[in-house]
Amino acid sequence: MSDQSATASAPDPGPAPPPGTGPAPGRSPAGALIDAVVQGSPAVVTTLAIVLALVVGALIIVFSDPDVLHVWGSFTAEPGIALSTAWHSVATAYAALFEGAILNPHTVAAAFHGGSVGAIFYPLSQTASQATPLILTGLSVALAFRAGLFNIGAASQWIGGAIIATYLGFAVSLPPVIHPIVCLLGGFAGGAVLGWLVGELKARTGAHEVIVTIMLNYVMYNLLSYVLGTPTALQLPHQANLISPNIDANAQLPHVGGPPPQVGVGFLVALAAAAGTWWLLSRSTTGFEFRAVGANPSAARSAGMSVGRTWVLVMLIAGGLAGLSGAVTIQGTFYSLNFQSFGTYGIDGITVALLGRARPLGVVLAALLFGALNAGSTVMQAATSVPVDITEVIQGLIVLFVAAPLLIREVFRLRQARAGGMEAVAKGWNG
Amino acid sequence: MTALATVTPAPVSVNRRLAAGAVLIAFGLADILIFGLSAHKGDATFALALPGASVSVPSVHVPVAPVSFALGAVSILLGVTRAAIDESALARRLSIAVVLVSFVFCLLCWADTGGWAGGISVNVVSLLQNTLADSIPLILGAMAGCMGERSGVINIAIEGQLLLGAFTAAVVASAVGVLWLGLISGSLAGGLVGLVLALFAIRYLVDQIILGVVLNLLISGLTGYMYDRLLVPDANTYNNASTFSALKVPGLGDIPIIGPIFFDSTVFLYITYAAIIFVQVGLFSTRWGLRVRAVGEHPTAADTVGIKVLGIRYGNIIMGGLLAGIGGAYLTIGSVGTFNKDMSSGLGYIALAAMIFGRWTPLGATAAALFFGFTEALQSFMGSISVPISPFLLGMLPYVATIIAVAGLVGRVRAPAADGKPYLRA
Repeated sequence: MSDQSATASAPDPGPAPPPGTGPAPGRSPAGALIDAVVQGSPAVVTTLAIVLALVVGALIIVFSDPDVLHVWGSFTAEPGIALSTAWHSVATAYAALFEGAILNPHTVAAAFHGGSVGAIFYPLSQTASQATPLILTGLSVALAFRAGLFNIGAASQWIGGAIIATYLGFAVSLPPVIHPIVCLLGGFAGGAVLGWLVGELKARTGAHEVIVTIMLNYVMYNLLSYVLGTPTALQLPHQANLISPNIDANAQLPHVGGPPPQVGVGFLVALAAAAGTWWLLSRSTTGFEFRAVGANPSAARSAGMSVGRTWVLVMLIAGGLAGLSGAVTIQGTFYSLNFQSFGTYGIDGITVALLGRARPLGVVLAALLFGALNAGSTVMQAATSVPVDITEVIQGLIVLFVAAPLLIREVFRLRQARAGGMEAVAKGWNG
Repeated sequence: MTALATVTPAPVSVNRRLAAGAVLIAFGLADILIFGLSAHKGDATFALALPGASVSVPSVHVPVAPVSFALGAVSILLGVTRAAIDESALARRLSIAVVLVSFVFCLLCWADTGGWAGGISVNVVSLLQNTLADSIPLILGAMAGCMGERSGVINIAIEGQLLLGAFTAAVVASAVGVLWLGLISGSLAGGLVGLVLALFAIRYLVDQIILGVVLNLLISGLTGYMYDRLLVPDANTYNNASTFSALKVPGLGDIPIIGPIFFDSTVFLYITYAAIIFVQVGLFSTRWGLRVRAVGEHPTAADTVGIKVLGIRYGNIIMGGLLAGIGGAYLTIGSVGTFNKDMSSGLGYIALAAMIFGRWTPLGATAAALFFGFTEALQSFMGSISVPISPFLLGMLPYVATIIAVAGLVGRVRAPAADGKPYLRA
């Protein structure tokens, strides 16, 4: 990581710091804010990256809309109509996205006329529910990043956790409070085993974690198909489809707090995991070793740390977090393991971790943003027939732009100041 | 330069020797205990000509149990030798090859005599034909990887290049109706991904592994979006391409056994041959290749002697993208004709693994890609004769094999020294 960030700052070292670097004493808050914007602090770069991604997403929506393309055929004749149709196309799509993710004005109006107050919060509860697995897989990838490892295998670890949690959920009978906890622990263990394998192989044989995790994803994907298609394993009896039985009501994670819609306990578990990861990274000796190994393995080795042991431990915990994501998804949302519940949480965890700059709080915020996009996109597709895949495009663009602060500076004409690049850097094959 | 190009012979630790020996012995035991003992009575029959071939080749009959026992014994012997003495790299690779081939042979014998095939004998020619066909996108993707990484840019976006190539080829070939235009535009689409990759990696200094993963995600989203928005509502116009038909090479194509396997296929296979030769000869026997490898190993030194480091990198990534794009086009207009969401289904990642397997050499990568292609062909063959092994368990095999391989069964591998590092003039 160190050599990477050093090279990233190299292009314009600048003999003297440009005027206005850092908040000058005695400046007004507004002045400090303008400074931050002009110099492109990480938060500003992230915000601008989101804006740019939404703009590009809007262009894609416009130029794939058959209605728009139709009127643009006669652009020179009636430019006003062409532009207004294009604007309408984007505005309705993004408005539906917002209504599905954050707040629908109609529900507020309805509440004033005796409708349900709870309905106002329904979009937000959907966002939280969508964000829950993303927080956990995001934490998994972020934690590995901080130790200098790229965990592309959150999907495989998710499967490992989900298989164990589902099995414990329907095959074992336990009292209410104990059952979900046992399932969560089982899920953590299921993911941790796969993470441990990756760390152990890297520490012992030097096998690059990127290749091993990619391969494990496909191994576990096949294993998931196998156990879901085998009646003696996880398949729902008398079913031709790849689907598991529902887990016991005892094992399901309840929803709590006020009238429905409520917040799922899974969301709270994810927040607790984020807090725990923050504590581990910032307040514990183990976390210090993680970060030291991530920053410079050779220096960490010289300082007497065991780099191999750290790799094993960090991958074990990272795998466990992704496994927990699998358990929480099954116990809190779907109650049954199948390919719909599998989703794309593993891969999305990478983008969440990158957008969150591999920090626990950042991961939570990024997961909430992506959860909002996911929740909103379903409503958008229903309302405007813009396919949900547009969110995948927007998410990819956001991360691409966040990873390229130099591009953002160029597009928005920001001054070159600090190299506020990614905290997360994957090491090349020889690293 | 030669010192840089050769792979440093890594000393093999005793532990690793024992582990590798144990793996080989396990394969030998599987030959004997699983296939030899549970084999049904009688001979396995291997057909060596396609049905209706002009030249008839007699089928080969193999007594299953004795052959399985013999091959298993040979594998165990090789495993014991591997564990006992420090063999040369060549001997290590040969013994792995012999053990793997024996295992596959025993598996085929066992499957053939099981009676699931309904009396259909294993057709070696069609199995190998499918192997080559399945290897086309893998080989072209691995060539793209070699081109990029030899010049010092890691290309994880092969998956995205295949997917966008497949999408573009299908759409253009359907909308315009000219297959060749589909092939060319598919290739250009792969090149475009290469350009974006190069731009972000070289100009904006984005971490290359992260960049590749993000590009794959982006392309998956983009093609998925266009599929739902454009291809599904109007499939007749946009997703209804025909496919290239097989093109028999005059003369060579009529040779028994070899002809139908190597010289009676679509134009994609011949492009693949050309690509392998182009990359292999280009990288290792031309002035340009020497420069590329210099840039990949020590860009500062290359720059000092006047080689345009960034220009070489841009060129290589884009050229690689053009090749991978053709591999993507094969997926649609070379085989099924229609595009489907995420139809590259991880082939790009397998191509990447094949390149690493093959130690960043075009010929090695081709061999590895053929191995993966064979496991794919074998899997669909086993599925077609409904062998009582889950296709999903068979489907795990290439990935498990890759993990075993990168964990050091074939020795440590070493990437070009500057691979993945952006070059900035001091």
